[in-house]
This record gives sequence, structure tokens and C-alpha cells, in this order.
Amino acid sequence: MSDRLTPDPSAPLTPSGNLKRRQLVSRAAELAATAAAVAAIAVLAIVIWTVASRGIKAIDLDFVFTGYPTGVGPMLLGTIVISLVATLMAMPVGVLIALFLTEYAGAKGVRSMKMVLDLLNGLPSIVLGVFVFALLVDHKQQSGFAGSVALAIIELPLIARGSQEVLLLVPKGLREASDALGVARWRSVLTVVLPTALGGIVTATVLAVARAAGETAPLILASSVFDPKSFTVNPFESMPNVPVWIYKLSEEGNPEGFAEAWGMSLLLVSFILFASLGARALLARSKRKLSS
Amino acid sequence: MTNQNQAAPSRVRIQTGAATIPAAVTGTTAAPAFQPELVFDARDVSIFYGAKQALSAVTLGIRRGEITALIGPSGCGKTTFLRSLNRMNDSVSGFRIDGSVRYHGHELYGGNVDQVEVRRRIGMVFQKPNPFPKSIYDNVAWAPRNLGLRRGLDERVEEALRGAALWDEVKDRLKDSALGLSGGQQQRLCIARAIAIEPDVLLLDEPASALDPIATGAIEDLMHSLKGRFTIVIVTHNMQQAARVADRTAFFSLETGGEKPVGTLIEVGETEQIFSNPRDPRTRDYVTGRFG
Repeated sequence: MSDRLTPDPSAPLTPSGNLKRRQLVSRAAELAATAAAVAAIAVLAIVIWTVASRGIKAIDLDFVFTGYPTGVGPMLLGTIVISLVATLMAMPVGVLIALFLTEYAGAKGVRSMKMVLDLLNGLPSIVLGVFVFALLVDHKQQSGFAGSVALAIIELPLIARGSQEVLLLVPKGLREASDALGVARWRSVLTVVLPTALGGIVTATVLAVARAAGETAPLILASSVFDPKSFTVNPFESMPNVPVWIYKLSEEGNPEGFAEAWGMSLLLVSFILFASLGARALLARSKRKLSS
Repeated sequence: MTNQNQAAPSRVRIQTGAATIPAAVTGTTAAPAFQPELVFDARDVSIFYGAKQALSAVTLGIRRGEITALIGPSGCGKTTFLRSLNRMNDSVSGFRIDGSVRYHGHELYGGNVDQVEVRRRIGMVFQKPNPFPKSIYDNVAWAPRNLGLRRGLDERVEEALRGAALWDEVKDRLKDSALGLSGGQQQRLCIARAIAIEPDVLLLDEPASALDPIATGAIEDLMHSLKGRFTIVIVTHNMQQAARVADRTAFFSLETGGEKPVGTLIEVGETEQIFSNPRDPRTRDYVTGRFG
């Protein structure tokens, strides 16, 4: 009988019953959630700070533009070529998949294709590395191209899902308008839908490149035996590249090598950071343009 | 053709019940001596979206070179009927049509009919202006270009813009984005875009409902000037608009025949007759503002 649900209406409006305790629990939960969010920011900040403070000493013009032992130019060039070739393969296919999802597939097709893309996105990169090794390297030779194939598979779901998101923002009215003008669907897609969504598609691609450029596992299998002195742009031989070189230097236990590895890490992190931030700004802009 | 055209009013009389016949008969028996050519001849058209019936047994002829207005309360199926005339409903999932729609004698929903070809000849302008995010010029030139009508494109664009009474307002800024135009100008641009490919029919789905009275007046003037060149079918919520622009008016309403209300054609006739001397009491109630 002591548990009264309706408090005495004339009592002062201060916490009654176990309200004090419930408020405490609530406050603790809020605190824990906020702390976790702050921790994530802190991790990012600490990583960037560590890389920046140790790497900045190694970086100068020679570091960027000459070969081993004074610089890492060949590795930077190789990573650029490998990522570029990967993107040239992944982007058209990724955009076509996005078009399939938004323009052609039925609800069932969309559901299953999204699942396939998510699974593809979740594949461990070492598995892709082994796959590419078996397919293109084993009994043949290592090549930048083999690395590009692995990176293309990593980029594909990111480009497809990112592009799909922007294509969905293209107003339905535009598709109706072009349909009503008696122009075949593909022409509408090519000349109205894609140009409208171009900003977002580029963004999705840049984000995918940023993700793929730092992938190490596939490159260890595909393109790890190289001459760090030679600037090569031929993707059909083993190409110097940044992630594998960082890995090698870190393994050697040579202090100069460590400094160089930090320098390269800083270059890689800054590229990814600037690419991501720039791409996101671009995406926000093109989304605003579409929704106004 | 005689019988087809007369089928619509007589059918309506049957549906409206015996009590209304006497007053109505006097109006209809004075049939016109000449036989107007029918562009659309819809017979017993019922339209379903999944299990839901949107339109029941509509029989309606659309005469060549005239403006036909479809009026009626929201949800009465007038837009559904309009969209079925150029097969814009085909992409709506669960859409099904019974009965027959003939376009110049050809079955519109026949097996060998190509949707894109249908829309090439039967253009449509939508409720909300939907210009492409391109320049004014490119909006009008887009469909001709994609249809291979590249010769004399500048003249074609100018003629279409003049036809849509927009030329004088935009001739100095053809390269500017169409999105910078006012709502009324955008809608006239959409009309210019539609007439640039010289369609046979223009379907207008509440083209002025998103516009202010001045822009609405401009659109109505435009319709008068397009009359004769094109056969026009317009859906409108605005009865005064129908009275001002249309040669013939068809009144649709929601009828509760079964358990659920279904869109039905109540009455069709010369606009003047529909507004001054409607045969059906439901039409009279609607056009005088007394809803049944």
C-alpha cells in the first residue's frame, strides 16, 4: 500500500521516490556515450599528431621527388599509378552498378545487390590479395596491375554505394520529364541523370581511392619485389609503392628507415585526410544543389 | 465515328439514373452536323493500382485540335486517366488497365506499341515545373538533339520558345541556367521543351497549380495560342481555368458503387454546357460549388 503511483499533489516539486537514483543512472549513461565519442576523436588526433610530429622531419623536396636512398619518389609514383589503374577499372563498373540499382532493378534486385556489395565491402583485403596472387601472379610475375585489380575490387562497392546514394537524390521529376519527351531511357541517363549526379559520383570515387591507396595486404602479395630507385610507370612489372615500403622499412630496425617510414606515413595520411575532407565538401555542395 | 463519339454522353445518362434523363435529353439530341476527328478514343477504361481500382469504365473521346479539360475533386482519377494517354503510368508498380484506348485508331496498349514512340508523339507537362539542371537553350534543345533533329537547332529552339511565349524574356540569356527562372517561366520553358519536338498532343497535368495568378494567366494565354496546332488535354483543379481555356470539359468524380469509392466519368460536353447547363446533378453541385 505504500507504493503510491500518484504522488500527493500538494507535495513540493522536488524529486520523490527513486527519481534521484534514476537521474544518476541517466547521467552516467550520457557521460559514457559522450566519453566514447571523445575517445574516437582523441584516437584520430593522437594518430595524426604522432605521424605528423615524427614524419614532418623527413619531408622535403628531395624526399618527394628523388629515389632511394634520398627520397621515396618511385614509391609515390607507383602508388599513384596503381590507384589510378584501379580506379579506371572500378569507376565505370561501380557507376553502372549504381545505375542498375537506381534505374533498372526491381525492389528484389536492389535488396540482393545491396547485400552483395556489402559482403564485397566486408571481404578482408588479404583474401583479395591471395585471390589476385593466385589469379595473376602465381607462375607469372608480380605486377602493379595485379595490385590494381585487388584495389579495384576494394573500390568497387564503395563507388557503387556512394554513387547510388547520389543518384537517388536526382529528382524523379527529371526522369519523368525526359521520359515524356520520347527519348529512350539510356539517353536520359547519359545526358540528364548522370550529369546531375556527377559531383556526388566523383566524391564517392575520391573516397574509394583514399581508402584503397593505403591498402597494404594485397600489394605485399602483388607488388612487393621492386627497385626503390627506379621511377617506373609500367603497371605490368612490379611497382614500388608506399604501403609496402612503409612495411619494409618498419621491419628493418634501422632508425633512418623509421624516419623515412614516418615521412611516408605522413604523406599517405595527409592525402587521405585532404581527399576525404575535400570530397565531403564537394558532396555537400552537390547535394545542396540537387535539393534546392 | 458518329456512334463512337455519341457513346460517351449516352453512357453517362444511363449511369446517372432515370430521374435526370428528361432534362438531359433535350441538350444532347441536338448533335453537331459535322463529325469531329477523334485523337483519343477511350472505351470502358478501368485502371487499377494493385488491388485498388482508381478509375471505372471511362468512355471518352478527345477531339483533334481542341482543348479538353478534365475536372473533378482530388482522387477522382483525372490525372490517372491523363497519364494513361501517353503510358506514363506504365512505370508505376501494380498498374493495370482494362478496356481500350485508341490513338488515331491504333490501340495504345497494343502488343507492338513502343512506349518511347508514344511519348515522342504525345508530350506531357507536369504539375511541378521540372526543367533539367541545364541552360535554357539546352533544355529546349535536349530532346531534338537526342532524337537526331540536329539541323536548324537554333531556329527550332527559338520557335519553341516563341511558341511558349518565353522568347522575349530569355533571348538574351539562353546560356543561363534554367533553374534561375521564376516558377511561371520554368513552366513555360517545360512547355517549350515539349513542343520543340512537334508532338501531336500535349497533356498538361495541372500546369498552373504551383503558380501565382499572373503566371497562371500567362499559361492560359499560351494555351489559347497553342490551340489548333496541338490537341491539348489539361487536368485542372481550377474550374474557372477550365471554363476559360477549354472547348470541352469532362467532369470526373468519386463514386461509391462497391465498398470503396472509385473514380468515374460523370459527364462530358461543351465547356459552356457543362458550366451553364449541366445534365447531371453531381456536375451541377460541383461546378456551382455545392459538393454532393
